[in-house]
Amino acid sequence: MNQYPKTGKDTFQATERDPVIREHIVEIVSDSGEGAQKCGQSFAAISAKMGNGVWTVEIIPAEIQPPARTIESASGIRIRLGSRKITNMGDEVDLVVALNEQVPYARILQKAFRKGTIMLLESKWSSDESEYIRTQYAKALDDFEKIGLKIIQIPMEVECLKVVKSAKKGKNMWVLGLLCYVYDRNLEIARNQVRFTFRTKSEDVIESNILLLDAGYQWAADNLDFRFPISPIETREDMVVMNGNEAIGFGVLGAGIEVCSMYPITPATSASHMLAECFHESGGLIHQAEDEIAAIGFAIGSSYAGKTPITITSGPGIALKTEFIGLAAMAELPLVIVDVQRGGPSTGLPTKVEQGDLLAVLYGQPGDTPKIVLAASTIEECFHFVILARKIAESFRTPVFLLTDANLATGQQPFPRPNAVKDWFSPPVDQSPWKKDVPPYDWNEKTGLSRRPIPGQPFGMYTLTGLAHNEIGQVSYDPENNQKTSAYRSKKLVTFRNTLNPPQVFGDPEGDLLIVGWGSTRGAIEEAIEDLRDEGMSVSSLHLRFLSPLEPGLKEIFIKFRKVMTIEINYSDDPDDPAIGKENRRYAQLAWVLRAETLIDVDCFSNVEGQPLRPGNLKMRIRRELKELEQKVK
Amino acid sequence: MYGIRPELLDEFPEQYYCLEDYEKVAAKWCPGCGDHAVLGNIQKLCRDEQLNPAKTVFVSGIGCSSRFPHYMKTYGFHGLHGRAFPVASGIKWRRPDLNVFVITGDGDCCSIGAGAWIHAIRYNIDMTVMLFNNEIYGLTKNQTSPTSRIGTVSSTTPLGSVLPPIHPIQTTLGVSNVSFVAQTVDWNPPHLYATLKAAYKHKGFSFIHILQRCPKFQSGLVDQYTGNKENLYLLTGNDGVELSDSMKASFKNKVEHNANDIYAARTLAEQPDRIYLGVFYRNPEARRYDEYGASNLGFTVDQKISALNKELDKFAV
Repeated sequence: MNQYPKTGKDTFQATERDPVIREHIVEIVSDSGEGAQKCGQSFAAISAKMGNGVWTVEIIPAEIQPPARTIESASGIRIRLGSRKITNMGDEVDLVVALNEQVPYARILQKAFRKGTIMLLESKWSSDESEYIRTQYAKALDDFEKIGLKIIQIPMEVECLKVVKSAKKGKNMWVLGLLCYVYDRNLEIARNQVRFTFRTKSEDVIESNILLLDAGYQWAADNLDFRFPISPIETREDMVVMNGNEAIGFGVLGAGIEVCSMYPITPATSASHMLAECFHESGGLIHQAEDEIAAIGFAIGSSYAGKTPITITSGPGIALKTEFIGLAAMAELPLVIVDVQRGGPSTGLPTKVEQGDLLAVLYGQPGDTPKIVLAASTIEECFHFVILARKIAESFRTPVFLLTDANLATGQQPFPRPNAVKDWFSPPVDQSPWKKDVPPYDWNEKTGLSRRPIPGQPFGMYTLTGLAHNEIGQVSYDPENNQKTSAYRSKKLVTFRNTLNPPQVFGDPEGDLLIVGWGSTRGAIEEAIEDLRDEGMSVSSLHLRFLSPLEPGLKEIFIKFRKVMTIEINYSDDPDDPAIGKENRRYAQLAWVLRAETLIDVDCFSNVEGQPLRPGNLKMRIRRELKELEQKVK
Repeated sequence: MYGIRPELLDEFPEQYYCLEDYEKVAAKWCPGCGDHAVLGNIQKLCRDEQLNPAKTVFVSGIGCSSRFPHYMKTYGFHGLHGRAFPVASGIKWRRPDLNVFVITGDGDCCSIGAGAWIHAIRYNIDMTVMLFNNEIYGLTKNQTSPTSRIGTVSSTTPLGSVLPPIHPIQTTLGVSNVSFVAQTVDWNPPHLYATLKAAYKHKGFSFIHILQRCPKFQSGLVDQYTGNKENLYLLTGNDGVELSDSMKASFKNKVEHNANDIYAARTLAEQPDRIYLGVFYRNPEARRYDEYGASNLGFTVDQKISALNKELDKFAV
């Protein structure tokens, strides 16, 4: 034991050999089940605790345990850490740890590496008893060198076996120790993180994982001749670090919501895992329903009985919930629906990133179904928007959608610790007598708003129905009534929109090009815009949080730019395709909405590759766009 | 105060609910439809049990019978086709103070809502469930239902239906955690009333299969039902259905049945040609999901804030 250092130094003394760097992108890739994500999440948490900016992206295979040592088996995590706030996954990897030589091929397919990326590779396969594996290993070394990776072979398993009997589980913690040395992480913080990671396991498990952590650290100290110190962000408040799904879970707690009714679906489910651990201690319960339809039906019952509930799902779940969403809009029931978007259509890309549900959420129900739709652009917003959504739902007596995506759901980022105030929490169910002369839909003619009676309130008795109904809740097929009540429901959006401010432009409020985005792409877009503006380019960006109703003043903002273009992660036809022209091009989803809203010729750049956006790619695309604009002037 | 002893006045209820307190508007079902009889008996039950209309919710799906909540002067939820159970479950889960009734039809429950039906039985949330089975789709005008007998001629099966029907009692008794299953008929009001009452008194998911006449689209069944007392069997025993002796005497066939015995209940349910009236099964010990739902009610905002902060500590940097 004594041969290992007790703690690391608090701050690294930069040397000529190891100058302090601004940021690094690290990946850990392994076979599914080897714990690369646990390692990476712990590394990210340790880094955040040391004051670094952090963003993580999980690399998740579609199957639980695909055949080992294959491209399909690649499972892992990317951690981008820096001495400033990090808002996206960045571009190519600086350093990758690979537990076998086959899984990196999956990342090469994703163009994750660059020339000079350092690869720390498990070397045990070089002496494997199978000649086939030995040959594979040799070939991979050759392949990796050809594309310019700097390979360092490391006897990970051999070293693990010096401290534990079996390295099958635990190699990830040895790697964590190694990374802690390379990035000069405080070892005591790291040990505490390991204790937290394995908090539900026995003392023996915790102890052996700490041994592995220490061993990895020490091995690196003895054998590596480089380190990458990244200094912390200078000033900072109390922070928390979590992923977007955990932030939604916290938002549920912070909103005082008492019922979360859900059905398991990737990538949304982990939000309920977080809740399941602590919900009962804060006065709430999770109902795991028999299917997606029953999940929202149960939530709607709960809403009718007085408490605004939440249901959390992903695209295919939204499709199944469609009829109930229509009922909630028609009968004016408050409800929060979170859609953690994944790749579609159909079952699509369950673990990958896409912003493909916008139009389905806006228009996916028969008839006119006005509703309020928000999209979180950061993990912090995942938290605060649940609280906001609950309030809007109750004030406007309407379903409220909160859109996030797989990028936010599994990405970890530190943000200022929320300071809960009473105002966030839902009030107790009103059981006071209902005023006898007030009907259950006492629509205000100007705002469309109405109060609602809750079962248990004397004199408030009414029958809720999804059929057209009048102000006393009676079924009514009267033509004038249906026209009028449809207008009331629509008017609520106008009323809500009047409470919103025009969005803030990032960069100058006028110029050549305006990029418009929504949801999780904000970090990547703003990073690209910032870099390009530093280069002197005339480009700004706008990020929308409210998608129904849209934030006001968009047209006034747009006309100050020569060109407006959305950047999204969903499908649009490639304008360079000879078969595609102005007349037949199908646009990306936000572009479609903005074109209709503003009658401005909004262009779009989008793809469905299932990956978060990279600032480097965006910069390339935006440069091209600016060049074309310049040529048009000439 | 003539004739009333003043010292007993305290025991008078603050408010006494009359039938009119549950009656809203005249029902718009066809003349001769069995729904009318159930509505009248439910209103009577509400009155007799003095259910507070403000604390009572009638939940339904879609179909003829699902218009029921509109005719009750209580709270009501007339929702989506096949989805009464999830809604009713959501209403009752954390509102132990509410009396919840569910109205569903054979299409609503046994066809489009079959998945929800199975799970609602298993959840065993305290509610009184009335399945109105007239073996036909009425509101959409005469289509075969999953409970229609083989050979049923309808708009969708003009040559006669080809599949054997689902027997709702049999299906319900097959689900784990089942807690109350009874059968009655709309044309025998005393038995209907007594069964509704026994179901209401049972704490849990009380499922009542009501054989019901549809004079419009199943007129052939009406006489077969009401005219033939030969295949009507009254279940007697420990079932909680309170029938007068004269009522009991009016049944030609009686079967002594132990309602705590699920195997005996299932054996009865395997004989769909005989109509057994009464309680097939009841188990007051079955686990109730609404008890779990009501297990952590009433947290104050301060408690919630401290729970949130405690959890945030774990994620603090």
